[in-house]
Order: sequence, then C-alpha cells, then structure tokens
Amino acid sequence: MTIDVFVYFAALALMLVLSVVKERRDLKTIWLFLLVGSILLLIFDKAYVVFTMITAAKVLAASMGAAFLFRLTLRHFVPADLVKEVVTLPLTAAFGLLVILITALTGIFAPWIAPFGEAEIVTSSFAPADQIHLLGSDQLGRDMFSRIVYGARNSVGLAFAATCLAFFVGASAGLMAAVKGGWFDQIAGRLADVIMSVPSLIFALLILSIFGTSIFVIILVAAAIYSPRVFRLARAVGRNTVVMEFIEAARLRGEGDWYLIRREILPNTTAPLIAELGLVFCYVFLLIAGLSFLGLGLQPPTADWGSMVRENAALISFGDVTPLIPASAIALLTISINFVVDWMLHRTSGLKE
Amino acid sequence: MGDITFLILKRLGFGLMTLLIVSIVIFFAVELLPGDIAETVLGQAATAETVEAFRNKIGLNRPAFVRYFEWLSGAVTGDFGVSLVTDNPVGNAIAERLSNTLFLATYAAVIAVPVAIFLGILVALLRNTIFDRLTNIATLASISSPEFFVAYILIIYLSVKTGFFPPIANLSGNMSFPELLTRTFLPALTLVLVTTAHMMRMTRAAIINLLAEPYIEMARMKGVSRWKVIVRHTLPNAWAPIITVVALNMAYLITGVVLVEVVFVYPGIGQLLVDAVSKRDFPIVQACCLIFAATFILLNLAADVGAILSNPRLRNPK
Repeated sequence: MTIDVFVYFAALALMLVLSVVKERRDLKTIWLFLLVGSILLLIFDKAYVVFTMITAAKVLAASMGAAFLFRLTLRHFVPADLVKEVVTLPLTAAFGLLVILITALTGIFAPWIAPFGEAEIVTSSFAPADQIHLLGSDQLGRDMFSRIVYGARNSVGLAFAATCLAFFVGASAGLMAAVKGGWFDQIAGRLADVIMSVPSLIFALLILSIFGTSIFVIILVAAAIYSPRVFRLARAVGRNTVVMEFIEAARLRGEGDWYLIRREILPNTTAPLIAELGLVFCYVFLLIAGLSFLGLGLQPPTADWGSMVRENAALISFGDVTPLIPASAIALLTISINFVVDWMLHRTSGLKE
Repeated sequence: MGDITFLILKRLGFGLMTLLIVSIVIFFAVELLPGDIAETVLGQAATAETVEAFRNKIGLNRPAFVRYFEWLSGAVTGDFGVSLVTDNPVGNAIAERLSNTLFLATYAAVIAVPVAIFLGILVALLRNTIFDRLTNIATLASISSPEFFVAYILIIYLSVKTGFFPPIANLSGNMSFPELLTRTFLPALTLVLVTTAHMMRMTRAAIINLLAEPYIEMARMKGVSRWKVIVRHTLPNAWAPIITVVALNMAYLITGVVLVEVVFVYPGIGQLLVDAVSKRDFPIVQACCLIFAATFILLNLAADVGAILSNPRLRNPK
C-alpha cells in the first residue's frame, strides 16, 4: 500500500511538471488541485479518502490503457476506409466499444466461460471471494462470477430483443408516416403522444400488474413504451428525406411505399437511427433492470443483473460491495453505449468545435 | 396579452384531453385481465358463489363505462375506491404518502436546479478545456447509470463507511425539521445527482448554441467580460430551453422517485405502487398510476407554458 501511495504522488508531481512544461494551464490546475488536496487529506488524517482516490486512479488508468491498446489493435482488423475513423477514435468511445464487445462475447459464450451453472448451489451463502469463486457467492451460495456471466446473456439478451422489436415497429411506422402522411400519420402520432405522456416505469408497472411477469410481457411492454421515441425520430428524419428530388423520381417511376422506405429513405437515415438504437437500448436496459430490481423482471433462479442487486442488497449495511458488482455491470454497459453514441452523434452532426 | 392567455388555455385543454385518454387507458387496461378482477384476486380455488359475491361487493356486475365514470368522478374528489387487500379507502393510504413523495421531490429540486444551472453556465464558460471534457464524461456516466447504483454507492460511502447519514429513510411523526432533512438527505442526493447531470448538459448546450450568434460577437468586441457576456447577453435568450429541461427533469424526479424510495425504504407513493403491483391490488395501482401520470402531464404542460412565456417567437406558430 505504501508503494501505491509513493507511485500516486510521484505520478501527480510528474503530470504537474509536464503540464507546466507544455504550458497547459487547465491541466496544471487539475493536477495541482489533486496534489495539494491529497497532501492536505493525508495531513488531516483522512488517509482512507486518499486510498479510495488511488483505487479510482488505478481503475481509470487501467481502463484508459485497455482502451488505448484496443484502439491500436482494432486498426489492423478494420477495412482500409475505416482506419482513419479508428485512429481518431476518442478514448472514451474506444473504451465503450471494448466493453460492448466483451459483453456481447460473454453473453454468447456464457456456458463455456462460466465455471459453474447459473442456478447451481456450490458453496455456503455469502462466501467471500477466493481462487475458485472469483467474486464470492450470493445469498444461496451460488457462484457470483458465473451468475454475472449468465446475466450478460439473460439481461442483455432480453433488453436487446425488446429494443429490436421497439425499433422495428417504431422505425417502420415512423418512415411509413413520413411517406404516407394523412390519417396514418395522424393516428400513429396521437397514439405515440398518449404512450409518451405516461412515465415509462409507471406504465410498465401497470401492465405487469395486470398480465404478470413473463418474458413475453416484459419484451412487449418495453417495446411498446419506447417505440414512440423511435417513431418520432424516424418520422422527423424521414420527412426531411421525403421532400428530396430522388424520392420524387422514384415515385414517378411508380415505386410503392415499401420500396421507397427500404431502398431510398432508409439508406439516407441510417446514421441518426443507429445512434438512436444505442440510446433506446440504454433506456430499455435500464427500465428492465429497474423492473428486475423491484422483483418484477426475470424470475428466479434465472441470473439477471437487476434482481442480483436486489437479492444481495442486505450486504450493503455491512459495507460489503457484492451488490454493487451486478449494479456496476449495468452501469458500465449503459455508460459505454452512451460514450459510443455520444461520439457517433458528434461525428455525424459535424460538430468539431 | 389576450393572445397568450388563449394559447395557454389551448395547451391546458390539450393537457386535460391527454389526461382523460390516459385515465381511460389506466381504467380499461385492468378490464383486459384474463378473466376479471374477482377471479384473479380470489384465485382458482374459489367457488362460483364466492366469486359472484365478490363481484357484487365491488360492483363488477355493472357495465364497465358506468364504473369508469364513477371511478373518474371519485378520483377528481380524491376518492379512489377501496383497497382489495385491506378494505381501507385508497385515498387515505395515498394522501400521506403523496405528501412524503412531494417533500422528497421538492427537497431534491431545491438543491438540483440552482446547482445545475450554475454549473451549466460555468461549464459553458470553460468549454473545450479539460474541465469541460471531464464534466462531459462525468455527467454522461451519471445520466446513464441506474438510480439504485448511485444510491448504493452513496450508502456505502456516506453511511456505512463514514456514518454521516442514516442508510434508511424511515420517517416517524415527531421528527424535527433538521432531523427530517438529515434522514432524507441520501435519497434526495441520489435524485439530485441523476437530474443535475442532465440539466447541466442541456444548460451548457443551450448557451453554447447561442454563442455563435452575431450579437454575442458584438458584445465581445465592445469589450464585455466573458462572464458578463454569458449572464447578461446569452442567458436571457437561453431561458426557454433551460425552463423546458428543468420542468422535464421535475417530471423525471416523480418517476425516478419509485426506485429511490424502494432502495431507501422511504414511505412514499412509489413504494406503495410497487407493493400494490406485487399484491395485485388494482385500485391502488390505478390510483397511483393516475396520480403519477397527472403530475407528469402537468409538468410537461408547465414546460410548454414556460417556453411560450419566455420566448415570444413561440407565440406565433407558423
């Protein structure tokens, strides 16, 4: 621990000197603030704050390093026309892509990665972490690490299915409304208004209280709640495209509405729609995680990140961080997606500031 | 002024219409139950006679739209019927908890709004520096993490490890006001963290959008200081989007409160709703949903009206 403290202060001092040499005033302020703050905390006997900061610094440094390495490696695996994008990728977006990739792989290969089954009771309850059980065990003695791995399949898979449904319904209705206009546009628009005027979690709770909590109901509810968002965006983007000359030309050729949507409008609206896909996935994922946390999502013994937080919540009052592990898995994934979406929006909007 | 009153009345009318439609959805959604309320509540073991008696008791034998109008006229006067589980009037159960929830939301809002606007302006002033980028990352992270994650982190660091605040926000009748504020500080802080981030980002975006305008350049060229340019010249024109985002976040507070109340075992209306959903106590579920939806619609309406009042251009829609 003492070595960590030395490294920490040495790194801060080095950064401070570097920022002074390079004449970066804003950076200098931050390093100075951190350095003086840490020294003051040590003097006033608040060493545990400094230890927390050191841990945070380690995590940050590790993630930045991982993101950097990922960006270096990714270069060699993408087609030539994308290399420039990869090289200029901000570290946050690279980190986001890395986390999304890892989560997807974990979900797909869950049974091969997890050392134990998701509902298998393998040790005593609330066992601490050791060599065999990497993250300890939960309230029934199930292996925490295996459940996290399976959770990547169950929770993320469920949210992904709901997002795809919401997206398919919302985007096709929105583009259809943009092409057709008239009564279809009016009815779909009013329907979207009504759904969006009820808070999402409340709407989900109402429907779940009536139809019970089965996987299909959860997927349908989440899709119903978030398709209006997609609908509005798709309609707005679609309307901007519909007035173009090439659409007029296609219409004069005698093409049908569905052809127009598929071949003429969709290719021109992909960028904002994909960014929206990421955002809607986050919303759906957070909604489903919230429902599971309330005990109304996937039912036990299925491993699910939201319900794992709830099941282990009692440990919090002993200062144990076990319930935070699944919670931080949720947070990590949504934050990562947001980083990537943020970068995509920034890029497509042409904002370079 | 006649114009504005008319516009606002029109918006109010729209809001009422939406609320009416939402109330229809909430009421008739329960009618969609496979079977009906009586069969669901009593379960499969109940005999035909008990189911029939239960139907008579809660008046299920009359047509649905008659019951809808009774329910709606009752709801307007605060009478939401009787709980299926406890037989107590729903209105009584809700009244006290609603005031608790409103207290928590107000507490969070009073801290969050000024802090968010101030920090938003500050970040707009410091745009493109390292501070701006760090805040961007921090606010993005705080917006996208689930409320219970933020809540548990706060519990661990501010309650279990340091003991500054109690981890559970249970209330008792005879608490002094400062004690009440300490007890409910952690749930309020969770809500503050989640909403401040969003409001800050929007405030920053609203101000930066305006900084490219020629009149700002003019102000700068005549030598006005950077802070003054933002506060005196930019802010008055940025109020419309800021007011909108503040109202939307207040609406968000009302729903975000559900998860936070459950984490901190706070006796509010969100916890009541969650309990009622798992017990399938439909009158309470309907009443809570109606109240949440009404608040949500009201705040959205407030956002619209605020935008109209602060931006004269919206008064003459093309």
